[in-house]
Amino acid sequence: MKINQLSLFIENKSGSLNAVCKVLAENNLSIITLSLADTEQFGIMRLIIEDWQKAKEVLENAGFVVKVTEVVALPVDDSPGGLAALLSALDANNINVEYMYAFTYKYNDKALIVFRFEDTNSAVTALENSSIDTLSALELFSQKS
Amino acid sequence: MIAEINECLECRSVGIWDKNETLERIELEALQLERLKKSLLQATKVPFYQQEFAKLNIDVSKDINSLADLRKLPFTTKANMRDNYPLGLLAVPKSELSRFHGSSGTTGKPTFVGYTKNDLELWSDLCARFLYSGGLRKEHVTQVAFGYGLFTGGFGLHYGIEKVGASIIPASSGNTKRQIMLMQDIEAEILICTPSYALTIIDTLREMNIDPSELNLKHAFFGGEQWTEDMRFKIENALNIKCWNNYGLSEIIGPGVSGECEYHTGMHIQEDHFIVECLNPDTLEPVGEGETGELVITTLTKEAMPVVRYRTRDLCKLYYDKCKCGRTTARMGRVIGRSDDMLIIRGVNIFPSQIEEALLRVEGIAPHYLIEVSRPNNTDLLGIKVEMTPELFSDQMREMQKLKEAISREISSIIGIRANIELVAPNTLERFVGKAQRVTDSRNLVD
Repeated sequence: MKINQLSLFIENKSGSLNAVCKVLAENNLSIITLSLADTEQFGIMRLIIEDWQKAKEVLENAGFVVKVTEVVALPVDDSPGGLAALLSALDANNINVEYMYAFTYKYNDKALIVFRFEDTNSAVTALENSSIDTLSALELFSQKS
Repeated sequence: MIAEINECLECRSVGIWDKNETLERIELEALQLERLKKSLLQATKVPFYQQEFAKLNIDVSKDINSLADLRKLPFTTKANMRDNYPLGLLAVPKSELSRFHGSSGTTGKPTFVGYTKNDLELWSDLCARFLYSGGLRKEHVTQVAFGYGLFTGGFGLHYGIEKVGASIIPASSGNTKRQIMLMQDIEAEILICTPSYALTIIDTLREMNIDPSELNLKHAFFGGEQWTEDMRFKIENALNIKCWNNYGLSEIIGPGVSGECEYHTGMHIQEDHFIVECLNPDTLEPVGEGETGELVITTLTKEAMPVVRYRTRDLCKLYYDKCKCGRTTARMGRVIGRSDDMLIIRGVNIFPSQIEEALLRVEGIAPHYLIEVSRPNNTDLLGIKVEMTPELFSDQMREMQKLKEAISREISSIIGIRANIELVAPNTLERFVGKAQRVTDSRNLVD
């Protein structure tokens, strides 16, 4: 199952991150997890937020450029070799990972990792064929708290 | 229609190349009128001018009887040159040409200009005039650090130096350390380059721990870009040389339209070959002497490409009072700006519309942008800030880097030089009501 991720363009200067967080705070929206990719001059902030539609709307109203991308959340054994095993399965299916980042909470004692695949749909099919669990948004957000 | 060259020993002894530079105004104007009539007949061999004259119902063989009648004639613009690309404005068959040169244009293609053998001879002589008036003599070793190519600077100055009889190191542009080596080892006395390149040479000398007094330099002739008295002061002091300003543009002939004499009272215009007008760019009415206006030039003696009332878009002042050097020609002050939005960056002509076109090519939409021109280390830098839009943005860094590269590539394919692309957040560039301010220029090019 796929979940929706929001990406924002931010300039690499002080206050940029906080500007995003303030808008979310004012609207009582919680960031489940996030990642930052940065260059000397600009960055891309990626957010997982339960009510992503509302977050998108308020951020856009605040003047941010927001893009919605489908990503996949995968539970991974939280033990040595856990991630390696998963990545081997992905490699075996020729699935390219664009980027990945972890959740701050666990799912049934497993680590949770967000994957952005080059081709999300074929990645999901390949994962299902390999009997690798992907989590729906419902399952994912029921875990927090 | 060979313009006779007046080698005059009496003139040469007082530092004047050609006796036509010293004509009384009444004689000069008679010569101008006679040459104008011939030049307009030459122009009627160009279909474009035939049409333009016909539109205004002008028969140039009858209707031009005084210099005042010049104002009846139509203007020629850069757009006319572009519309007649590549060689539509030639008044002679292509087989009569000896040379092509060009300047950058707004559509990525240069504007080509053609020269006959006589035109090249004229050009050499015009360049010899300002070089001679700035002190170049037969015994000097000169170094030409202008690019030799389509750009008129390199070849024009080369011919002028040859004409005076001095020797030439055709170093061409770039590779500053090698330039300095040539200057040291062959003991160049005269340097030809852009003023900003002279500043680069000064910095490089410092880096290399070379005292400028070890060089043999005496004079430099600068052109190709706007500069200031402040820069002259800096360069003259640092290199212990005298610097001379000259002006020209490829659409007219290249360098040689005007140049400074020893008194630095402005650049003497070669009025026996060009008629200049200084007009208010909005009303196209003449401005008063000493008032800023747009320079409009009519060529009088060119064969391949006679040009009628060319709107240079360069803003300057004209002076007609007598100069102590003995020349009687009108003088123009430094170019202090443009009446359009053209920028000259490292000698390349750039219009903001070209940047817009490049941005349009990338994603089919034109985002908000700002052109920032600066000169951090004596070299012009072109920076473009591009505001992010939903269409341009991607969650993948790879795609964002690709976008920056694509913008950079499109820009350099259109204007020929690289720009630093900076992606900025939406709504960070100032919005304007009416005409957008697309450029900031921090080079301080005006005194």
